[in-house]
Amino acid sequence: MNRRPEVELEVERYEARARPLHLFDLDRRGFMRSIGGGIAVMLAAQTAAKAASLAAQESGATFRRENVPHAISAWLHIAPDGTIKVFTGKAEVGQNIRTSLTQTVADELHVGLETVTLVMGDTKLTPFDLGTFGSRTTPQMGTELRRAAAAARGVLIGLAAKQWKMDAGGLEAVDGKVEDRAGNRSLRYAELAHGQLLAEMIPAAEAMTPAVDWTLAGKAARKVNGRDFVTGKHRYTPDLKLPGMLYGKVVRPSAFGATLTSVDLSAAQAMPGVHAMRDGDFIGVAALDELTAERAAAAVKAEWKTTPQISNAELFDYLKTHAETSAREQAQAASEQGAVAAALAAAAHRVEATYTVEYIAHCPLEPRAALATWENGAVTAWTGSQRPFGVQQELMQAFRLGEDRVRVIVPDTGSAYGGKHTGECAVEAARIARSAGKPVHLLWTREEEFTWAYFRPAGVIDVKAGISADGTLTAWEMHNYNSGGAALDTMYDVAHKLVEFHPVQSPLRQGSYRSLAAAANHFARESAMDELAHAMGSMEGMDPLAFRMKNLKHARLRGAYQAAAEKFGWQGRKKAPGHGFGIAGGIEKGGHIATCAEVAVDRAQGTVRIVRVVQAFDCGAVVNPDGLRNTISGAITQGIGGALYEAIEFADGRILNPRFSQYRVPRFRDEPEVEVVLLDRKDEPSFGAGETPIVGLAPAVGNAIFDAIGVRIRTLPMLPGGKLPAGA
Amino acid sequence: MSEREEPGAGAGASPANALTRRKFILGVIAGGAVVSAAGYRLLAPRAPLRVAGGERLLTLNINGKQRRVEVAKNERLAWTLRYKLGLTGTKLGCDRGECGACTVLLDDVPHYSCSVLTQTVRGRKVQTVEGLAAPDGTLHPVQQGVMDEQGFQCAFCMSGFLMATVGYLKTNPNPTRTELAHGISGNLCRCQDYNKILDALMKGAENMRRA
Repeated sequence: MNRRPEVELEVERYEARARPLHLFDLDRRGFMRSIGGGIAVMLAAQTAAKAASLAAQESGATFRRENVPHAISAWLHIAPDGTIKVFTGKAEVGQNIRTSLTQTVADELHVGLETVTLVMGDTKLTPFDLGTFGSRTTPQMGTELRRAAAAARGVLIGLAAKQWKMDAGGLEAVDGKVEDRAGNRSLRYAELAHGQLLAEMIPAAEAMTPAVDWTLAGKAARKVNGRDFVTGKHRYTPDLKLPGMLYGKVVRPSAFGATLTSVDLSAAQAMPGVHAMRDGDFIGVAALDELTAERAAAAVKAEWKTTPQISNAELFDYLKTHAETSAREQAQAASEQGAVAAALAAAAHRVEATYTVEYIAHCPLEPRAALATWENGAVTAWTGSQRPFGVQQELMQAFRLGEDRVRVIVPDTGSAYGGKHTGECAVEAARIARSAGKPVHLLWTREEEFTWAYFRPAGVIDVKAGISADGTLTAWEMHNYNSGGAALDTMYDVAHKLVEFHPVQSPLRQGSYRSLAAAANHFARESAMDELAHAMGSMEGMDPLAFRMKNLKHARLRGAYQAAAEKFGWQGRKKAPGHGFGIAGGIEKGGHIATCAEVAVDRAQGTVRIVRVVQAFDCGAVVNPDGLRNTISGAITQGIGGALYEAIEFADGRILNPRFSQYRVPRFRDEPEVEVVLLDRKDEPSFGAGETPIVGLAPAVGNAIFDAIGVRIRTLPMLPGGKLPAGA
Repeated sequence: MSEREEPGAGAGASPANALTRRKFILGVIAGGAVVSAAGYRLLAPRAPLRVAGGERLLTLNINGKQRRVEVAKNERLAWTLRYKLGLTGTKLGCDRGECGACTVLLDDVPHYSCSVLTQTVRGRKVQTVEGLAAPDGTLHPVQQGVMDEQGFQCAFCMSGFLMATVGYLKTNPNPTRTELAHGISGNLCRCQDYNKILDALMKGAENMRRA
């Protein structure tokens, strides 16, 4: 089970179901004139057969509408001045894909990075894209842009060959030029693109440069627009301003699911320059400045009817008792391999344990923000989002507009982690803006972000497993309630196996979070594997690494384990008093990960400090090693929060800890020594790294805590309130 | 109060769609203004501000310049900087002094500008991230340290980290890693490994000592 199907939309992407139609209905010559000439290469985003049929229509004057929606996944344009613009619907949210995709295109076209500009996340200019999630950008968009760039290079070489009346075979693209080495002559791309009106639609397969021959890609590259970020010049959504713009505020319900019973807007409306409006249960205000908007919102008298709702205390019982039985689940149940119950009964040692994970919040440092403006019944919204086309769809639905009347633009955004797939803030800003007749700027407060965004699903995970006397894994059964199906299956070899995901109608609004349920499922699985290793007789049991390797054939994961263990010094490890060592690993989204952790536990104080983390990662051929290291070590840091501290506390439809002073995210003092081992596999396709590097930390730390004090913690976070649970 | 849908707003896809898009592309791409949101008309001159009562006209010293601005009694500095003076490099990441993204220097000392009343900075020297680089565009040594080490991801926290570090280095120009980490520990980052941030800011400190 080393690779998941390429475009499967995981079940827990609850927020990302809808796929809009995308129209790209352009007459080709008119289109080329409209962009000022040059060379455009469009990449067919379809199966090979459909792409080929599109290519066969090359002679036609127009793209046929029925074929074109979804047909283009990206395009690039070489302007008559030789500059290259690449158009992709992906969004930059701090993962530095603006840089890595620029590298990819520049590499394939043999130009400097400064020649290439990416236009990203703009529903008017860029082709439809489902969203920036699932670690898809590098394997999917990176590959597609490389194809488009390879095709563009082919076009340029073809143009030079035509001009020189020679065979293209003798020509090469070098340093922004096509060269005829034998004839000692060259033509710059600008010279070749000048006066052209050329639009190429290319099929999916195009010869690309193999990773071993990359020149720009595969090496560290500086953030392409880095200077704008250290000078404060970059405009994130909350920094944008339009003439005549008002500042908006939403009057929030008193609890989740509350209904509005009465509202009095008169006091707010009486304030100078204030616009106050109500539509259904939605109440919004806008004013000339932020402070007045805040005051106006406070002046609205609203009464809400609330219903009793569950709290943290009942959460896990609720999840276990409210599982939905779906066709999907039954299909999964039917997928039992071997005879698990019999194998469990026959096992020499058994482990039966329940693991839980709480709801957690993404806490992007840039809260949700939007700027919306209406003109002639059409709306344009700037917003920080991972799904520009998803937000467009939400606006279309909210205001019953056609696609041509909604434009969404995503400026490079202050992080997301799976938490910005939805467009509620843009819809709210647009609603107030339409009512006010002026552009409206809306910036959620941190409390709003903690309360009205969505959470990583909470979950209960039951594991039953058995091993033979020699440590061979013989039976494995794992049930995940609510948290999700990502990385549910075990990568270890086992003859009798049953894994199931049981969806639940979640009490809180939930959705994607970095790695989805892979973090929770790895926590449960890798903790249980540790428990099995220790179940072999004495307290010491079998070495946790040796036990894993004994039951693992997967070569790349074995490689990751070996690399991490070697760097960490696993074999010769020696414990200081109160210290412990733990290891965990897994496979998800094409990434192979192994994590070793050392912790120091102070039992008297109830505290745990993570001392050192070594993480090995293999995601195929590395595109930008610096960027990849940053992403991996950043994921480890973020993982510390979910592993040790983070939990949303809630009761009666309210969030009880909606502040950074009450909800502890990792800070400087939590940072361990981190070492990242990159396994650069130039012989393997490149996979993304946005998610998988977060999955190893929690189980490695939990296993290390057990190693230190002999207490198994089966809950995330492991230190609620900053301390070991009572009795540990 | 409740508004109804605008007439004609419910139209679905129509042949006019393509035209709209084409016209748009004609206008924007040919004009070469597509690159980022910064290229749009968002930077058009600010409309004259008509503010509600209770305002006072103050003169503030911001990044070495005298700036006159109407300020409400309980207006906080981050809002004045961002929304009235256009200095949006100062970020808002939380509601009250918990993330450090809005850090600025007041007479060389780091402050959370979200928690400072604008009135109280009269007669004081306010420095924001926009005031770090030299007028000729040469980056401040600490900014250069971040560029040298590439210590950023989404970088929403970066302005705050830069200001906190520049302020801290004024009291301790040659800190150990632990000292600097402690000095800027009031700032949050959500993307990155704090070690990497520290690498960049320590490089900035080194750049400063060499400058």
